[in-house]
Amino acid sequence: MSSERRLMAYRRDNGRVGIRNHVIILPVDDISNAACEAVGNNIKGTLALPHPYGRLQFGADLDLHFRTLIGTGCNPNVAAVVVIGIEPGWTGRVVEGIAETGKPVAGFAIEQSGDIQTIASASRKAKEYVHWASELQREECGISELWVSVKCGESDTTSGLASNPTVGNAIDKLDALGVTSCFGETSELTGAEEECRDRARTPDVGEKFLRVFNAYMDEVIEPNKTSDLSESQPTKGNIEGGLTTIEEKAFGNLEKIGKKARYIDVLEPAEAPSKGPGLYFMDTSSAAAECVTLQAAAGFVVHLFPTGQGNIVGNPIEPVIKLTANPRTVRTMGEHIDLDVSGILRREMNLDQAGDALLDLTVRTGNGRMTAAEALGHREFVLTKLYRSA
Amino acid sequence: MSRTDFLVHAVSDTVGVVVTEDAVSGKELIGWIMETDETVAIRAVEDIPLGHKLALRDIERDETIIKYGHDIGKAVAEIPRGHHAHVHNVKTKRW
Repeated sequence: MSSERRLMAYRRDNGRVGIRNHVIILPVDDISNAACEAVGNNIKGTLALPHPYGRLQFGADLDLHFRTLIGTGCNPNVAAVVVIGIEPGWTGRVVEGIAETGKPVAGFAIEQSGDIQTIASASRKAKEYVHWASELQREECGISELWVSVKCGESDTTSGLASNPTVGNAIDKLDALGVTSCFGETSELTGAEEECRDRARTPDVGEKFLRVFNAYMDEVIEPNKTSDLSESQPTKGNIEGGLTTIEEKAFGNLEKIGKKARYIDVLEPAEAPSKGPGLYFMDTSSAAAECVTLQAAAGFVVHLFPTGQGNIVGNPIEPVIKLTANPRTVRTMGEHIDLDVSGILRREMNLDQAGDALLDLTVRTGNGRMTAAEALGHREFVLTKLYRSA
Repeated sequence: MSRTDFLVHAVSDTVGVVVTEDAVSGKELIGWIMETDETVAIRAVEDIPLGHKLALRDIERDETIIKYGHDIGKAVAEIPRGHHAHVHNVKTKRW
């Protein structure tokens, strides 16, 4: 399969491998979005990442905010970063975090300059970065150097039957090659949490997963639920697609980690893996954009996204490869689908063939093929917020 | 390959998933049990949409529903063989 294929990608100063070469304009806080978008508009080839947070956050929620912004800037799909914040303190903190990768990064604060002066200075720096980044060349890299994340969305019963097991087949093969990979979706393992615990490499890691799962149930679901969560988890779309209960959805979800791979650690949201190659579980929301944003911030460079009813999510810096086994979704919204595996349901294609086709597409995406979500302009950058700001 | 109207994950499952868009009432549906590679036939007693489940045998009220070989919830009404099993007659045991 893909071992015969060559991966041509960008090797960054810290050794990591990226498959895109973005110059991003990153706001520290919500009120700096306008300046970032103005710079993004002034300088072609840059990408502004507006978001709604960053003011008066504190404690673990503030730590997560910084981890997500710094991690986004550090992602190897990003060549260089312009950071803009309302004041220099927190702006500098984000710049310093990103600078550890060795990539070009500069910060601009709006107070005592105003938007217009800040936009002018930041635009000059962004232009310099675009000239520099656009001369970087792809070079041959190992497929094992890819960091691959997975998450499903608007699932239906065809997800558990075919598209999720296709991702699982690919993960088993990537794991054997020494790829670093990641799954998440804490709430969506409800009903299959013991089976998920048993997929850990060691009992200690399995117990760590169960502690994270139980903490989410006790701290988020139990105090806030007003019903059995029907229409939220499973979603209205899941139910339309034939999924009835969270337990049914959870067993389908778990198909994404294949049969053989064992996860080697449990990550905090947006935490970068540090135990070497292998599969990791990350404590995330099951909402697509939140989950992919956290995985991108942890350093994952390409995402495998199986859907049933047709979730259309993308991410600004991490290409999202969409696959489905639902023939109606292929027919009615095919422009969102990169790989059609509905042949599995007709018994025209087996999982091994589907997994190989997905690996092939992953390498092609790594080499520069734009995903459907990229071509359609899906750039959902959605930060996870743990609780209300002060 | 012969026609396949519904798929069953595991031999112990009590529901299967319709994978065609014409599983209409009265039609004899051909199913494939993936775990054992066996073929079974069940007559649909009502229309079942693509992706929705049908009961593989008579299911009693309060009985656990098995799919993937695992507990995925409970019946809150009787579900006779060949009927549609979904949110109107199956509920989660969680939350």
